This record gives sequence, C-alpha cells and structure tokens, in this order.
Amino acid sequence: MRTPRGLGLALLVAPAALWLGLLLVLPHVEIAILSVSERVAPRVYAFGLGNYREFFAEPLYWRTFARTAALSILVTALTLALAFPVALYVARVAKGRAKSLLFLLCLIPFWVSELVRTLGWMILLRETGVISAVLQRLGLASGPVELLYNDGAVVLGLVYGGLLFMVVPLVNALDSLDPSLVEAGHDLGGSRWTVLRRIVIPHAMPGIVAGSIVVFMLTVGNFATPVLLGGKNGLWFTEQIYAQFITRFNWPQGSAFGFLLLALSSAIVWAGLKLSGQPLGRTLRQGA
Amino acid sequence: MTRPTLAFRLYVAAFYLFLFAPLATVAVFAFNASPFPAPPWRGFTLEWFVGTGAVFGRPGVLRDGAMLASIGNSLKVALPVAALAVALGTVNAFVLERAAFPGKRLIAMMMLWPLVIPGVILGISILAFFSRVANGLEAWLDRDLDFLRPGLGLVVLGQLSFILSLSTLIIAARLRRFDRALEEAAFDLGASRLRAFRTVTLPYLRPAMVGAGLVALLMSFENFNTTLMLVGSEPPLPVYMYGQMREGATPAVNAVSVLVMVAAGGLASLFALIVRPR
Repeated sequence: MRTPRGLGLALLVAPAALWLGLLLVLPHVEIAILSVSERVAPRVYAFGLGNYREFFAEPLYWRTFARTAALSILVTALTLALAFPVALYVARVAKGRAKSLLFLLCLIPFWVSELVRTLGWMILLRETGVISAVLQRLGLASGPVELLYNDGAVVLGLVYGGLLFMVVPLVNALDSLDPSLVEAGHDLGGSRWTVLRRIVIPHAMPGIVAGSIVVFMLTVGNFATPVLLGGKNGLWFTEQIYAQFITRFNWPQGSAFGFLLLALSSAIVWAGLKLSGQPLGRTLRQGA
Repeated sequence: MTRPTLAFRLYVAAFYLFLFAPLATVAVFAFNASPFPAPPWRGFTLEWFVGTGAVFGRPGVLRDGAMLASIGNSLKVALPVAALAVALGTVNAFVLERAAFPGKRLIAMMMLWPLVIPGVILGISILAFFSRVANGLEAWLDRDLDFLRPGLGLVVLGQLSFILSLSTLIIAARLRRFDRALEEAAFDLGASRLRAFRTVTLPYLRPAMVGAGLVALLMSFENFNTTLMLVGSEPPLPVYMYGQMREGATPAVNAVSVLVMVAAGGLASLFALIVRPR
C-alpha cells in the first residue's frame, strides 16, 4: 500500500465522498433551502424569511427555544458538578482492580438504551411509583406524590443521561495528572481546596471542556427524555421540530427550527473549542 | 488526596446507587405479578416474558407479535448498518491515514461533523433530501421508489450517517499505529499488494474492525432520535417502546428491557474481550 494515486485514489475516496455528499452536505443544503421557502399558493413556494419571522412572532416557539438552551446549560453544569468528584475518586483515589471496576460500572448503564433508562425513572417517579410508595410507607406523605411531569424530572433524566459523557473525559484528563504536582502543592502549604482549584481543575480543563461540549449537544438534541419525563410540561425544542415535520407536515417551518437548533448547538461547540484551544478531533477523542 | 474523607466515600457510593437505581427498577418490575409496572410487589412471575396473555390480558414479550416484529425491524437495520460501517469505515481509515490529495484536511474534518450535529437534525435533513430525490426520480422514471420514502431503508442511511464517523475513527486509530515496515517486508518477500493487504494489514486491523462492528450494532439498536424521523410503518424496538411508554406501558416493556440489557451486556463484554487487550 504505497500512497494511492489516480483511479485507485478515486475509488478509495469514493465511499467517503458519497457518504459526506449524500448523507451530510446535500441534506443540509436541502433543509437550508426549505427553511427560506414560503408557501405562496398550494404547492407553490417562493424565497422568503417568513419561517424565521414566525419563530420570533410566536412566543411558544422562541420561549421553548430559550427554555431548551437555558435548561441545557443548567443540565451541563449539574452534570459536571456531580461527575467531577466521582471522576476524581476513580482517577486519583481508587487503585488497581477497584479502579477498573469503578470505571467500568460508570459505563454499564449507558450500554442500555435511553428508553430503558427513562422507563426506570418513570417507574421511580410517578404517582403510583416506587418513591411515592416509599414516602407513604415511611409516613412522610399522606397520599400519592407525583414527581413526574415537571422540570425537575426532566433535568434529573437529562443529567443522568449525560453523566457517562462527562465522567469518561474527566477520568481521562485526571489520570494524566502527575501525583508529585499535587504533593508539591500540599508541601507548599496549599489546603485541599487550594490544590484542587489551582492544580487539579486547571489540569482537568481539556476534559471539562470536552465533557461539557458533548453533554450540552446531547441534551439540546434530546427528544425522548423531556417528552416522557416532562409530559405536556416537557416543552423541548426538538419536539417542535418533530411536530412541524411529522405531525403538521410543515417542512419549511420545521427546517427553519432545525437550523436554529443546529446554530445553537454549533455555537456552543465552537465556543467550547475556542475556550480550550483544542481542535475538534482531539476533543471528541477525549471521550473515547 | 490519598485519604478520602468519609463524606467523599459516601458521595461516591450514593452516585453509584443513583447510576443503577433506574436499571434495577426496570429489571425488578419485569418479574412482578401485576398488570402495571408499579409497586406493590405481588409475587414473582415470568408471565411478562413467556405468558400467553391469559393472566393479565396482554401476552409476554416472547409471544407478543408486535414486540417481536419491532425487534426484527431493529435487527434488519442494525445488521446492514454494522456491515456497512465496518466496510466503509475501513476504506475511510485508509483515506485518512494513507492517502494524500488536495482537500484531505477538509474531508477529515467533515468526517467528524456528524458527531456534533443533533440526531434529530440528521434525521429531518435526510428525510427532506431523499423525499426531493424520490419526487424528482419518480416523475422522471414514472414509477414509485418506496425505498427512498420513510422506512427501514432510510433508517439505515440515517443511522449510517453518524455511525460511520465512529467506525472510521476506531479503525483509523488502529491503522495509525500500524508499522508499515511489516508491509514492506511482505513486498520484499514477493507478496503482491493484495496479498500483503490480506495477510498482513487486514489481520492487524481485525480487532478494531470487530470492535467497530459491535459499537455500530449497539448504536444502531439503541438509536432513537434519528430513527424516529425516518421511520415508516415498521417501528424498530426503541420507537415501538416509546409508543408504548407514552400510552402507559405494561411490564412487557420491562421484560423486553431486561432482554435488551442482557444482550447489550453480552455485546459489551464481547467488545471488552476482543478490543481492550492490545
């Protein structure tokens, strides 16, 4: 296999060109065109920004969008806060077999489908569910308690879904921290907190950024968790896209929504990459 | 940081409890002799796996035609996706690691894009584009082209759009560590290009190819977001489960979840056995 040239090169690149062309570039060109099409008469479309105007004119749409963005940022922050101590424990405290086991245990729940995990939370949280039954048994509640179908349930489900994608890059980043640096910090009189803030967290920054980017992206684009755990109060932007595309068959409007979501998600990914100064490839590999 | 405080240890323990609580709950209620997946515990049963429906009015998973059909649909999607992901991913790995041509950097970067595009958007964009292609071709050829309409074929393409990124990365990572002197040795010993590839390079790549195939199977089997947008009248398992869960699922959904957990656990162990020891 010397460096391929000519026909050989063309054949080698052909699958990638077909994949990227037919499944990535042209489909996105198609929704870009659709998103700036306005229906002027039955089956007749003309160029116009009406779909984007509609987004700003209808409070339900832009509020759902803003809500999705804000809750996704909250979910990302909570996921980071919950995962960091555990990653610290796995990477810096646990040793040998215990360490591999704890790391593996973090991965296992994510080999199972998102739908299964969400089903578990539904059985735990709903009015006739496990937590409600336990609270009544303990005498802490006098009747059934509905814990499902509110923002708390949605955030809980999304944080749970994001944990793996945060723990893995954090553990990878923290693993490479030289223990003598931490010791030196202590020897120089640094408290636990100072060492954490001045040495450990800066070292883990690439992992923090990689994890946050992936968790934000997956959260913003999630569909099943907010719909199933939030019910009518879920109000996630992907649901609006689904409604326009599948329920109302208004593809131009749905495409405009899709583009707005893509813009939000790409903006955050881009900002994260700028912040960390890392290329996309290395950031994505951090999680693998 | 070698002496963790008690609070730290308790936190880590609570975290793992939190991690496994929903899965344990799903599993436990698959065996509860009750028409609903809810407490109280009414005794152990396998009715939700093998029952005929005589006891609770709904059959167990293994006798539920619609549920079995949805598992079949998932396999009809996952097997071609995995096969294509491995075959095309291997070719892509050679593009990334061996080829040199203008625009390669752009291609290499674009191969990562599907991983940062929300699945719902991959789904709607492929749906819209292939509908336009189908409309155009049908008018031109004057015949129906159902495989370009929502259905399992389109689901395969939709899932492939991002799973191919993963398989390409996995296989390319291994190809990068390949010592090309081994190929040179094969050439020096008189092997043709094809023979050197078949007897030296391919066996070296095999663990990564198997690993990529298993990851692709798992990702395909569990994919929901992209699949939901492209599905026709034959729902794969996650879409079918979603429909059931919206209506208020019976423990049959728990039972199928247990089967999925066992299968995913098996695949993952296989992956760990084959890919991890390098």
